[in-house]
Amino acid sequence: MATITTPRKSVAVNPLKQSQPLGAALAFLGLKGVMPLFHGSQGCTAFAKVMLVRHFREAIPLSTTAMTEVSTILGGEDNVEQAILTLVEKSKPSMIGLCTTGLTETRGDDMTGILQTIRKRHPELHDLPIVFASTPDFKGALQDGFAATVTSIMKELPRAGETRCNQITLLIGSAFAPGDVQEIKEIVAAFGLHAIAVPDLSLSLDGHLDGDYNTVTTGGTTLAELREIGSSVYTLALGESMRAAAETLEAQFGIPYEVFTSLSNLDAVDSFLEGLADLSGLPVPDKYRHQRSQLQDAMLDTHFFFGRKQVSLALEPDLLWSTVHFLQSMGAEIRAAVTTTKSPLLEQLPVETITIGDLEDFEQLAIGSDLLIGNSHLAAIARRLHLPLYRLGFPIFDRLGNGQRCTVGYRGVMQLLFDLGNLFLEQEEAQTRH
Amino acid sequence: MKLTQGKINELLSESACEHNHKKDGKGKNKSCTQVAQPGAAQGGCAFDGAMIALVPITDAAHLVHGPIACAGNSWGSRGSLSSGPMLYKMGFTTDLTENEIIFGGEKKLYKAILEIKERYNPAAIFVYSTCVTALIGDDLNAVCQKAAEKTGVPVVPVNSPGFIGSKNLGNRVGGEALLEYVVGTREPELTTPYDINLIGEYNIAGELWNVLPLFQKIGIRVLGQITGDGRYQDIACAHRAKLNVMICSKALINMARKMEESYGIPYIEESFYGVEDMNRCLRNIAAKIGDSVLQGRVEQLIASEMEKLNEALLPYRKRLKGKRVVLYTGGVKSWSIISAAKDLGIEVCATSTKKSTEEDKARIKELLGKDGIMLEKGNAQELLRVIAQTKADMLIAGGRNQYTALKARIPFLDINQERHHPYAGYEGLVELARELDEALHSPVWQQIRKPAPWEIELPSVED
Repeated sequence: MATITTPRKSVAVNPLKQSQPLGAALAFLGLKGVMPLFHGSQGCTAFAKVMLVRHFREAIPLSTTAMTEVSTILGGEDNVEQAILTLVEKSKPSMIGLCTTGLTETRGDDMTGILQTIRKRHPELHDLPIVFASTPDFKGALQDGFAATVTSIMKELPRAGETRCNQITLLIGSAFAPGDVQEIKEIVAAFGLHAIAVPDLSLSLDGHLDGDYNTVTTGGTTLAELREIGSSVYTLALGESMRAAAETLEAQFGIPYEVFTSLSNLDAVDSFLEGLADLSGLPVPDKYRHQRSQLQDAMLDTHFFFGRKQVSLALEPDLLWSTVHFLQSMGAEIRAAVTTTKSPLLEQLPVETITIGDLEDFEQLAIGSDLLIGNSHLAAIARRLHLPLYRLGFPIFDRLGNGQRCTVGYRGVMQLLFDLGNLFLEQEEAQTRH
Repeated sequence: MKLTQGKINELLSESACEHNHKKDGKGKNKSCTQVAQPGAAQGGCAFDGAMIALVPITDAAHLVHGPIACAGNSWGSRGSLSSGPMLYKMGFTTDLTENEIIFGGEKKLYKAILEIKERYNPAAIFVYSTCVTALIGDDLNAVCQKAAEKTGVPVVPVNSPGFIGSKNLGNRVGGEALLEYVVGTREPELTTPYDINLIGEYNIAGELWNVLPLFQKIGIRVLGQITGDGRYQDIACAHRAKLNVMICSKALINMARKMEESYGIPYIEESFYGVEDMNRCLRNIAAKIGDSVLQGRVEQLIASEMEKLNEALLPYRKRLKGKRVVLYTGGVKSWSIISAAKDLGIEVCATSTKKSTEEDKARIKELLGKDGIMLEKGNAQELLRVIAQTKADMLIAGGRNQYTALKARIPFLDINQERHHPYAGYEGLVELARELDEALHSPVWQQIRKPAPWEIELPSVED
């Protein structure tokens, strides 16, 4: 059981947290043909876009209602309307993902009302879904904005339908990278299940080269798939933050769900596969039985390097949870855990204290560690503390391949073991040479 | 600095900016004053611009008064380099919560400034307001003044809520803050007749370090670096310089003009990109403040640099000759880079003139030749169309368009503030040549344009 502390100070120094709208954008980007739209000043969009472009090294569709001082005082309705009409004309999206920002939440724009008026005034938009999520910058963090958006998508798009006994819905939280999503989908498909993954970043931000230039996402969950979610027989919520979205589906369509808080250690992958075997009525495929034995062998080879190692983490709650469990499953110890926002998981984490704070807090707490884990902003801290850094989370500017990174399933866990194990190994060799 | 509508209008209609020189009401470029279009706007906000202009002051703390997005999505990621202090790379924000939105954020801001002073002891603290703190009516100036009195450290309010306008306007807001609170507040230990300020050079990727040694060689001293690799103290003394040299930017022209008015410092507009421009820059500085001795030293330096440069560029010139590029970038860079490209034997077949002034455009026309295309407006699709139409070999543009080009399988070079390579000065031109050569001649192009063997249609058997 962990004690949660929030340092009492007036200034955040080197923030770890990213804002809710950024999370919303990321969630929307996992839908096909979508144009995410921030209702705020043009800077809100520009900053988020730069972050996403630098992390994924991809073109990122993201637009703005371009609020000005005057429109903020008068209300944003005209800007929202004009933005939607312009996007429809120029980009022909099959969906628009609208979210608020600190600016428009402070002003208090009545978004439901605004959308109703726009719909009334423009019957031609009838077939265009506009999914709305409320994501003020002054509350929560990226993970919350992502979760709120998935919940909105689940509330607004699925339709009731006859249950299909091999169709399941995967709600995939912000802790999972496109490479993770791809691995998860492959595992599920190996059980003969037809999965609708939401959001499906593995088709949009995975990094792939295709034909023409596009102003909206070229891959992701399609609108047709989203509509059919009401026919799924089960929901697998991946990451605690996906619980609310799964509950929405249960409330609307009576679809039962299970939350998997991690897919990044042997036990976690075991129970996921067991769950899939139960759902499908099929045995675990040979491929995964073999992979499991490979992972166990890798655990043997690497455990020398993990035992009693002191690791400090700065990650969002869901990712913190799965990474802490992974490390502890290998005998490593948690020196410091800093996170961005509240989560029911935090108290249950088997570490002494968890700090909801910034990287100034982290830098002090991490002294004496063997390894740091977190986003690229930790690089400067790692240099100052002369410690190795494993980059995980968002944003990662100084490493390639963020769209393909996979740390889930037996194979992903094995890769994670090797990557971290090599860092420990390198450190030990450097020390013996001195 | 109180940011009234009058002040904003003044910055928008900056008289020294050629965008505002009406020619019978025609030909006026509206890029400074144009309002961002909902659904179409792409650029950053005024807050972004203010930070771009001021964050390169390396020994200051830059505190963002607002909710997490403004600082959280931007801190530490700007490309300006420092030769010393690293404080400017740290992200400070009041990270406002719902509580302060309702009850006001002034108290938290005041305490935040005190905490920064206590823990980091900065040379100065720049405090940036944002949309939200402007909206809830926090009195930035009053809090900064009180905190400055309490801490004894300069606390500079920068009234830069994003919604007042574009990045360009934000640059000027940053400049205004320097004029009002910093420049002229201290005296330099010594002055020389050869003191200049550089204005609008942000030391992206260390570009300044390609140029400073040149100044040193001829005996020019850069007093205030505004703001690349800048120090608070030096900028505070900048009013004692003999000449302001504006680099590649109309954005801080308000500073140059007002320093001329207040301190009688003349200014010239120069560029560090390309041989011609670099030479001209050195000559113009010498002509403005120097005597024949200094001018002689400049000619000597140019001659020796040119010799070295020609030798270094020889292999690249051969490989780059006749290559065709499309250039998409703002303002002055639209012509200064053409000039650099021409030095390398590269043909610029199209360039953007979106943010260029009439004067810029005239220069572009001259440099481009008769077949060159001037892109008045541009989005990704338009760019790709022009590249196809002109059969260009590559796109040179800002990072935002990197994936526009790459996804279309077109070589790309980043020229804006996110770039990682310094292209200024003589050494910079060699770097530019090397990067262009690498981008154009990489073996990947052939491979990524090649269809899979099973996608190649065979001629049908019946023929």
